[in-house]
Amino acid sequence: MPLILQLEQAYAKAKGDSSFQKEMNAHLATYVGRPSPLYFAQRLTEHCGGAKIYLKREELNHTGAHKVNNVLGQIMLALRMGKTRIIAETGAGMHGVATATLCAKFGLPCIVYMGTVDVERQKPNVLRMKILGAEVRAVESGARTLKDAMNEALRDWVTNVADTFYCIGTVAGPHPYPAMVRDFQSIIGHETREQLQAAEGRLPDSLIACIGGGSNAMGLFHPFLDERSIEIYGVEAAGHGLDKKHAASIAGGRPGVLHGNRTYLLMDDDGQIEEAHSISAGLDYPGIGPEHAWLNDMGRVKFLSATDDEAVAAFQLCSKLEGIIPALESAHALAKVPELAAKKPNDHLMVVNLSGRGDKDLASVEAFLESKSR
Amino acid sequence: MSTRIEKRFADLKKEGRAALVTFTMAGDPDYDTSLAIAKALPQAGADIIELGMPFTDPMADGPAIQAAGLRALKSGQRMTRTLTLVREFRKGDDKTPIVLMGYYNPIYIYGNERFLADAKAAGVDGLIVVDLPPEEDGELCLPALKAGLNFIRLATPTTDDKRLPIVLSNTSGFVYYVSITGITGAAAPDTAKVTAAVSRIKRHTALPVAVGFGVKTAEHARAIAQGADGVVVGSALVDALRQSLDAHGKAGSRTINAVTALVSALAQGVHSVRRVAAE
Repeated sequence: MPLILQLEQAYAKAKGDSSFQKEMNAHLATYVGRPSPLYFAQRLTEHCGGAKIYLKREELNHTGAHKVNNVLGQIMLALRMGKTRIIAETGAGMHGVATATLCAKFGLPCIVYMGTVDVERQKPNVLRMKILGAEVRAVESGARTLKDAMNEALRDWVTNVADTFYCIGTVAGPHPYPAMVRDFQSIIGHETREQLQAAEGRLPDSLIACIGGGSNAMGLFHPFLDERSIEIYGVEAAGHGLDKKHAASIAGGRPGVLHGNRTYLLMDDDGQIEEAHSISAGLDYPGIGPEHAWLNDMGRVKFLSATDDEAVAAFQLCSKLEGIIPALESAHALAKVPELAAKKPNDHLMVVNLSGRGDKDLASVEAFLESKSR
Repeated sequence: MSTRIEKRFADLKKEGRAALVTFTMAGDPDYDTSLAIAKALPQAGADIIELGMPFTDPMADGPAIQAAGLRALKSGQRMTRTLTLVREFRKGDDKTPIVLMGYYNPIYIYGNERFLADAKAAGVDGLIVVDLPPEEDGELCLPALKAGLNFIRLATPTTDDKRLPIVLSNTSGFVYYVSITGITGAAAPDTAKVTAAVSRIKRHTALPVAVGFGVKTAEHARAIAQGADGVVVGSALVDALRQSLDAHGKAGSRTINAVTALVSALAQGVHSVRRVAAE
């Protein structure tokens, strides 16, 4: 606990310090490449035949996903706290790559925990992390995916608490992480607001994002939560289907306590955590950020789910119609766009968070399509 | 209305010796063997028995206890069977204190009120729930105290003098001092540092202080016992059990003895220390 309280204090102090924000904005502009464009997807709009669809291009950030927004903030905080060693957990590897990247930039040693199952299916990202100078530790315990990588990172943290900063990749884990990660990711929503104002002269009518832990979704949603007329959709991974193996904690889980937060979890009758399944390694987590659980309970965000099949179809559709290969994670959000957009009038403005690029997923998609054609 | 834990520490204090607290996992490697081990522990020299409630995601545990939990789950161990195990144990032993140790989610899913009532009825004396900090005392700690169970909290080297009163505020039975920063079964603690840390904690509380995490040998247990009211051994016992298993991970003919032999050796170490001067 003392280490978490210390982090909470350090973050509160940095948040109130304008020089912290100023320095972060400078790095976001020149290193990350922000603002990321808000792009009108004309052919996708025509294909769906309804709402006007905009894509928030988080995949164009340096390192290829939204993850870098949060990592930059946390690494700057770590430096302020005098920490000299950075650890992180990763599923798809995008958070690991972002952490390895910023550790390289700031000259910090970096250790990334990754389940052996994910090491296997996300090889390009493992290579990237290694080239960036990080040590990738393959986690053999438990289900050998994201939750186990998180367990192992927590074990490392409590062992090396004096010099180590744990850079968590999503809006989960013990307080203050869910709130802190949300704050760092909120730049997605703030930019969207300004950009759509410039393009259309008004706010969006609906927002859609995929949800594993839920950091890209929270980043887009948060600045719009008080605009009650805006429809907000989170898309969970339904894997093989909600009646089979999946990763949809809201649709198929129930409240429990894991990794220091109370939220919806996939578990059995004994409270044992169940293995999630999704073709997308980044959504393959048996929980969801606690603020999403709250937004679900109060009815502010509507949670949908997309299966592996639907996500891969959307992956192909977006690639062919827009020339953008999305991450399989983001493809879950895209999968729900046609049915939602078709029901809306032509002046309905819909923003989809294109949270990451799909280069890392080419092998997974190829294997998936081959197994289907057999 | 004192619990078996409080009574046991009071008796040991009169005898001038420290307690040996053993940790084994309920259901490891199977229900029957773990019950037989629990039944044999007092005879072998255990003064207090900690039983692990298996969980899929034991964040505070090292590889040995992680593996023990997975073996138990694989053998079909569930919360109801852990409580049954305690009930069975109590049929033959009404004196040895039993502490259930684990993580919150399986308790929460069982239902807090129901869990406390069933645990008390089964003969459980105390609880250690690793992932519930004092900030959440209203959740389980206070109801547990009300139900007549001790709630034992962990203090670590990072628990400073400012934090210690918060950690100790609703702790009862004993304080479990984690002698190293980190996970169970890691590197051995420095005994001089441990003795100093125990003295520091004792300035804040009249409760007995037991020391664990990393204690593996009888000599080690003996050294720790000179400065503490109790010595907790877990990973070493779980490891001894693992080594006795056959190629399929099933209990072998030596399994129960592998654990009790180590407990006997550890007990000799702990019990050889006369602690009259220390009081």
